[in-house]
Amino acid sequence: MSLKALDYDSLNENVKNCQYAVRGELYLRASELQKEGKKIIFTNVGNPHALGQKPLTFPRQVVALCQAPFLLDDPNVGMIFPADAIARAKHYLSLTSGGLGAYSDSRGLPGVRKEVAEFIERRDGYPSDPELIFLTDGASKGVMQILNCVIRGQKDGILVPVPQYPLYSATISLLGGTLVPYYLEESENWGLDVNNLRQSVAQARSQGITVRAMVIINPGNPTGQCLSEANLREILRFCCNERLVLLGDEVYQQNIYQDERPFISSKKVLMDMGAPISKEVQLISFHTVSKGYWGECGQRGGYFEMTNIPPKTVEEIYKVASIALSPNVSAQIFMGLMVSPPKPGDISYDQFVRESKGILESLRRRARMMTDGFNSCKNVVCNFTEGAMYSFPQIKLPPKAIQAAKQAGKVPDVFYCLKLLEATGISTVPGSGFGQKEGVFHLRTTILPAEEEMPEIMDSFKKFNDEFMSQYGVGYSRM
Amino acid sequence: MRRFLIGQARKGLVDHTTRRQHHQTRSFLSLLPPSFSTNSPRAAPLVSLSRFMSSTSDMAASSDSTSSLPVTLDSINPKVLKCEYAVRGEIVNIAQKLQEDLKSNKDAYPFDEIIYCNIGNPQSLGQLPIRFFREVLALCDHSSLLDETETHGLFSTDSIDRAWKILDQIPGRATGAYSHSQGIKGLRDTIAAGIEARDGFPADPNDIFLTDGASPAVHMMMQLVLSSEKDGILCPIPQYPLYSASITLHGGSLVPYYLDEATGWGLEISDLKKQLEEARSKGITVRALVVINPGNPTGQVLAEENQRDIVNFCKQEGLVLLADEVYQENLYVPDKKFHSFKKFARSLGYGEKDMSLVSFQSVSKGYYGECGKRGGYMEVTGFTPDVREQIYKMASVNLCSNISGQILASLVMSPPKPGDDSYDSYMVERDGILSSMAKRAKTLEEALNNLEGVTCNRAEGAMYLFPRISLPQKAIEAAEAEKTAPDAFYCKRLLNATGVVVVPGSGFGQVPGTWHFRCTILPQEDKIPAIVDRLTAFHKSFMDEFRD
Repeated sequence: MSLKALDYDSLNENVKNCQYAVRGELYLRASELQKEGKKIIFTNVGNPHALGQKPLTFPRQVVALCQAPFLLDDPNVGMIFPADAIARAKHYLSLTSGGLGAYSDSRGLPGVRKEVAEFIERRDGYPSDPELIFLTDGASKGVMQILNCVIRGQKDGILVPVPQYPLYSATISLLGGTLVPYYLEESENWGLDVNNLRQSVAQARSQGITVRAMVIINPGNPTGQCLSEANLREILRFCCNERLVLLGDEVYQQNIYQDERPFISSKKVLMDMGAPISKEVQLISFHTVSKGYWGECGQRGGYFEMTNIPPKTVEEIYKVASIALSPNVSAQIFMGLMVSPPKPGDISYDQFVRESKGILESLRRRARMMTDGFNSCKNVVCNFTEGAMYSFPQIKLPPKAIQAAKQAGKVPDVFYCLKLLEATGISTVPGSGFGQKEGVFHLRTTILPAEEEMPEIMDSFKKFNDEFMSQYGVGYSRM
Repeated sequence: MRRFLIGQARKGLVDHTTRRQHHQTRSFLSLLPPSFSTNSPRAAPLVSLSRFMSSTSDMAASSDSTSSLPVTLDSINPKVLKCEYAVRGEIVNIAQKLQEDLKSNKDAYPFDEIIYCNIGNPQSLGQLPIRFFREVLALCDHSSLLDETETHGLFSTDSIDRAWKILDQIPGRATGAYSHSQGIKGLRDTIAAGIEARDGFPADPNDIFLTDGASPAVHMMMQLVLSSEKDGILCPIPQYPLYSASITLHGGSLVPYYLDEATGWGLEISDLKKQLEEARSKGITVRALVVINPGNPTGQVLAEENQRDIVNFCKQEGLVLLADEVYQENLYVPDKKFHSFKKFARSLGYGEKDMSLVSFQSVSKGYYGECGKRGGYMEVTGFTPDVREQIYKMASVNLCSNISGQILASLVMSPPKPGDDSYDSYMVERDGILSSMAKRAKTLEEALNNLEGVTCNRAEGAMYLFPRISLPQKAIEAAEAEKTAPDAFYCKRLLNATGVVVVPGSGFGQVPGTWHFRCTILPQEDKIPAIVDRLTAFHKSFMDEFRD
């Protein structure tokens, strides 16, 4: 006779509408198979340490010492920790009030925010204000905080690249806003055409949507492209004309695998453009300790920097951050270490450089192996992974495969990815989770499996794909 | 051709606009800032926070000068503008400015340091971490230490064993990897075993969601159940403002029930029932009831009878019971013990199918006080699989909570046992902290009760005292002249005179016409006498100035 407390129908519609494919059906099936004892290669999430990448030694030493500050008083501490790690631990502890166990300022430790500002200044050649930098529990939390501030309801639209990282679509759904897609051009190496943008905005406006912000992911996720300076200028000018806040997801800024287009921050391009535009475009850029050669995903550390956001609005963002009390302090210290790594002459410098270069160079080779591998497969084409951690090959599915998928009640690329998983243990994310043009199918893999395993993985992919394509008959292909 | 493709694919993404047409009216309603100006006298008393929440905000009037920019105060989410969080609000901002100024301007103030009694942040006030916990965390963070022989001289044997055990529970021993979105399975097993040992009823590791502190877990549940202003949450008044802020941010309505100060902040089921019915008569669907035990800011430990009544009430009325149990280790009086709500539900014979219950726990409180780690969990029971799936999905958008917080959450639920290398020193640290907290609570409570016009219930648990101050009419008028809530006026005066930071009762809600403040019991023992002296002297001079 008691009433039902909570049933599915009564849940917040925004929650039900939200989709997050990176940990969706494929991931769950892969976890099941793993439980059954099958070897699974998780290439669904950019999670380098899970695939065997070793953490950089120096930051782990510093954070371990901050965890156990009593070691610093032990005369034997020097036997297992280098002097520069000990000095650095003391430095970071001095920036806290109460070590790792106390809530910090809700925006993050002032001393670490200052180090972040100095890093941005060195990187861009323009001043950065620590008061406009907020540390967060990973970049995702930062994106959610900002979108929560921007989105008032269904009539507010956010321009998001398609294909996109589903954090954006999921968060926009959760907050009840509207995602306004703009398409990246696969044939132009996932470049961005401003005319396309204009069209997307016009179309959204004709539906009564107020477009308020634009997201760019540079280097791209899942698409792996690096935006050129010229492209960034166009984007900034566009945001200025259309009065959009630019959200620059720049978490892959260390992950660059070619030399023609090094990473250039949106902030630097904006400042280079000078007044009045440098004072008119509102920009929020995001960074993290989860990517780069750090790959410290489990720490949940990140920051965002605000440009041209008025002080009273910053205060409101601060207020919302304060409800969550503070980001976790050990990740704040990781962030400090990431933006101020060991310097030449420090005891740990050589080891740090050796480790970080080793990781980056290997990633560069793996990016090449993977895209070459995909391009050698029947009915698969893949743009080169210029940056970030992903390959996003297009799979030209034969009509018979599409038919079979329909019969199985699956989206065609989900069908393909499930088959791939069952046959090879490779756990990928179907392109439909990121958005793609109608009738075109992709999958996303990370380039993170260990380098020595890469040839075998690409071989087993190729073998599976060959069998799949012959089973479903390679005939007419639309593209 | 391209146009067509775009139109098609668009459908998949913006399509929910059309699919949700039938919800439009509702979502638009919630868009209108309901009582944007917090001093609207006609706001429905039941759901308007302004009646018991702080009224110091003047944000409605202010706006950014740079209004040509896309994102300004005029155009941000009104729910963001509306929410308030007094624990880190105006008074704390003033305190931070004073602290800065103290560095260069020492002589200008009658005190030499700011003492933060506004927030339960024990380690910022000098409480030391439990060594065993930190040893394990350090070893997990830098696991190559485990291969060094010297490590055995620096770390306890059981911390080394525990670190190995935990690393073996983590796939690839990768503490730098994202984990399962609910948290590392092995750690959830440990936590479930800890809950089982505590309650004497089974706990399922699949019911545990590890989170970055308890607050994100509360947000998640609010987001799940609140669709609009028509959805209500029963909240105790006074309450911890996380709840009011979270309800505001998610666009729901707070339905208050009053704790009775005269009976040591107990509650009457008849009052709960009355509030529930009143809300229902206004068209509000009450979805859940929040209970904080031990209480924040009120410090009471609920009577067992009260707990049983609440469980029965939620069961009968079909409410989700959201049990904030983060202070479960903080008990200071011999006549009270902590019992979880789940234990009561199960002992009343209510199982998984009978009621929905969520219990929140945190590493920030207890004797451990590890606020900076942002570790916590919620135990979610009595939800159907399709609802559970939605909770999992929400957790997965944020990928996972931080790993060292996860490890610590497992450690606080399974601390050293008799016979372990660290057991004796662990017990000394733990009991030292808890008995000192009890002593500090007692001293402060007695001091407060000695002040003219101040009455203070004992702190039976948690970390706070919530004294009631009878403010003279003249003080109330002076506050009104400054457009400040009278208790905020008192707290600002206190800060400026003594450097002690407390939070006005209006930030938590209180019976209209009564005034309180919240003060933590956390300053270190050697500072307590000075705090008492300063507080006493301040209060006397305040009363001398304003006494009617």
